[in-house]
Formats: sequence, structure tokens, C-alpha cells
Amino acid sequence: MAKIIYVEHNGNSHTVNVENGLSVMEGAVQNNIPGIDGDCGGGMSCATCHVYVKEEWFNKLEKKLDGEEDMLDQAYEPKKNSRLSCQITVSEELDGLIVNMPEKQV
Amino acid sequence: MIKTDALIIGAGPTGLFTAHQLKIIGLDCEIVDNLDKAGGQCIELYPDKPIYDIPAIPECTGEELTKNLLDQLKPFNINFHLGERVDELKKNESNWEVKTNKGKTFLTPNVIIAGGVGSFEPRRFSPKECEQFEDKSIFYSIKNKKIFEGKTVSIFGGGDSALDWAVELSKNSKVNLIHRRDEFRGAPHTLNEIRKLEKEGKISIKTPCQLDSIEGEKDIKSISIKFDDGKIEKIKTDFVLSFFGLVMKLGPIAEWGLNMSKKTITVNSENFETNKKGIFAVGDICNYPGKLKLILSGFHEVALASVECFKRARPNEKYRFEFTTSSKTIQERLGKK
Repeated sequence: MAKIIYVEHNGNSHTVNVENGLSVMEGAVQNNIPGIDGDCGGGMSCATCHVYVKEEWFNKLEKKLDGEEDMLDQAYEPKKNSRLSCQITVSEELDGLIVNMPEKQV
Repeated sequence: MIKTDALIIGAGPTGLFTAHQLKIIGLDCEIVDNLDKAGGQCIELYPDKPIYDIPAIPECTGEELTKNLLDQLKPFNINFHLGERVDELKKNESNWEVKTNKGKTFLTPNVIIAGGVGSFEPRRFSPKECEQFEDKSIFYSIKNKKIFEGKTVSIFGGGDSALDWAVELSKNSKVNLIHRRDEFRGAPHTLNEIRKLEKEGKISIKTPCQLDSIEGEKDIKSISIKFDDGKIEKIKTDFVLSFFGLVMKLGPIAEWGLNMSKKTITVNSENFETNKKGIFAVGDICNYPGKLKLILSGFHEVALASVECFKRARPNEKYRFEFTTSSKTIQERLGKK
């Protein structure tokens, strides 16, 4: 279980406990957090669970798989610290992870 | 006006199998899809990804699944209306009248929405000023490449579409290829071609940067692109093309007065009818207690919805449940006897 902090583009922040093994996207969808859609269900096939992760956390995350960067090309306003939240698996080490959402997903 | 027993919205796996189920119980149907091909998410999002949970098919890709579903429809004559989006729905006595963006009208007692997560549309630029230039100086798809001859074209994107068009248009136009990162994703052959054309001065590559602003009144005069290091460069250009992939949007269906929850349509789990009689929702787009967004669930949903469609389309006939293994009538419909 890890505490994940989801910050909407307008600054609204939601803190939820997400079980280990779930993705950060699933944690958002299951807790009805606005701003993360996850349209394709976590298959790295859309870009609607796009988040920004600040540097201190970005470097602690598992590296991107092939294909995530390609998918991020199709996200709304991708930046250097963009990730697809379906590709971040929650574990104890991520306790306190902050993810910031883009202005919109599509 | 096209009269039919049922109109299917969406040609993804669920929509395709809906046609099958309607046809074997003796109903006509027509299919509309905004994409220019059948298959929906299977073909657009993951044509090469293997799927492992289609009953009796241990493993198949999205493309194979689509092909198999189309093969299964071969015995039937089904009209596909591809590249069209449904826009309007209105009641016409006991029927529904559905209009598409291409001006077609369908008259039918049954509308089956198998719309997945919505219709696919190109992802557009975010700066607001881009809207006014759309389809004049900014294009998200190319219908007539002749208009670019002898002009300067700035292409945004790093995937196959962007690369292929950069190669193609560089024959007769000055091309800028602009991408948010240094790596492009495309067939190795195309990447080599791009590098070659860059050396020859036919394509100018700008990375890593993104669109910052657009200048112009009626037509675009120039664009400003912002590099990762903050540097801004102004480029004279006549046209801007963008290939950022597709996004899924529910579109006009959301305005049809159907009960919705988040981005899905609420149905009953007996026949998958919505709050409006004769309008059904099946597959990923529907929700009911226990709903799973699996292709196999979509198949089950359409079988049940089809029975209700029969009752509405043939109010004076009695529906008879039959097996394909033993029913002569069904076998005739399948062209087997």
C-alpha cells in the first residue's frame, strides 16, 4: 500500500491509498479521481492517463518501456517529465508519490 | 432515407458481431463508423498486440480478430458506412431517425450503439488560434496533396504518418519536420530516407520542439516553435500539417438524452436497452452492475440485445430461439443449404 497524491491541473489535490501492484492509473480510476481517463484500460494504447512527475520522483520510477514514449507523442502537451500513469506500478517505495495532471487528456 | 431493421453505430468487434447476430435471426442492418475501416480499437490502437481471452481462440492479434469477424459476416450482405459519424437522433413515430455528418438519414426501430470509447478523431493543436486556420492552412489529414506543390509545409509529429508525408511532400514542396523529441518512430527504411532527404536539403528537421504560436490573418504566414531549451524560432510557412495520432471522443451521442455515467451509457443487463426504447448500448460503451470491458462481454451483450431488436422490428412475428447447428432457417441465411 502506498499513498499517492494526485494533483489536478487546477491545483486540487487528492490523496489515496493504492494497493501494491495496481497502476497509478488504476488507483485514480478506482477512486474516481478526475483528470485521468485510462480509456484503453492500461494497455499503453491511448494517452489518456498522462501525468507529469517531478524530478525527485521521476528518477525513482521504473524506466519507460519501448512504446511509452511513442504513445506520449500523442498525449496532450507532453513534457520531459511526462509518464503514462498506467505504466507506473505502485509499491511501498512509491509511498508519497505526487503526480500532476495535464490540463486535459484529449 | 435508408430504412433498416437496425442501425449499428461502431464497427469494432462488438459492432461487427452485432451484425452477425441480427442477420442470423433474420434482421437487416447497416453499420456506421467514423473510421475509414472496420475493427475499431482493435485495428486502430493495437492491430499487432496479441489478445488471449477470446473464447476458443488461444491467441490472436487485433487485426486477426477483425479479419475473422469480417469473414464471419461474409455470408451476409451488410452495408458499411465508413468514414461517417452519426450526429442527430430524433423520434419518428415508432422509429428512430438518425442523421450522419455526410447527410445520410436512417429510419429504424433499433439503434445499437457499439461505440467503444467514442469515435476516433485527430488530436488537434492546443493553441486556440489554430481553430480558425483548420482545413485552410492547418490540416490533420490530407485529401488533396496538390495544394502543397511549390509551397512550404511544416509537418508536426514523429510517427509513420508524419514521416511518410514528409517524404512524399518533399518531392514538390519545401518541408519542415518538427517533433517534440529527437527520436522518430517509423519504419527503418523511412527513417533512412528522411535522413537522406535532410542531407540533400529537401527536408529540414527541427527537434526537440513544439508549436508555440501561429501568425497570420486569413492564411498562415509563419509559426513559432519553442525548443526544449526555451529558444524560440520563427519559421515562414504556408501550411501546417499535424499527425499526433487519434483521440477518442464520445461526440454527439452524449447529447442524445441517454442516461450516462462518466463516459458510458447506462443499460439494463437483460437486453442492454438504454432509458430510450429501441436504443441499445453494447460493448465498452455501456455500463450495468458488474460490467467488464472485455470483448467477450460485448459478444454476449449483442446476442441478447438482438432478440429485443427482433421483437421491435417484427412486432407481429414470434421470436424463436434456434441453434445454428440444427436450424434449417439459420443455415439458409448462412448460405449453407
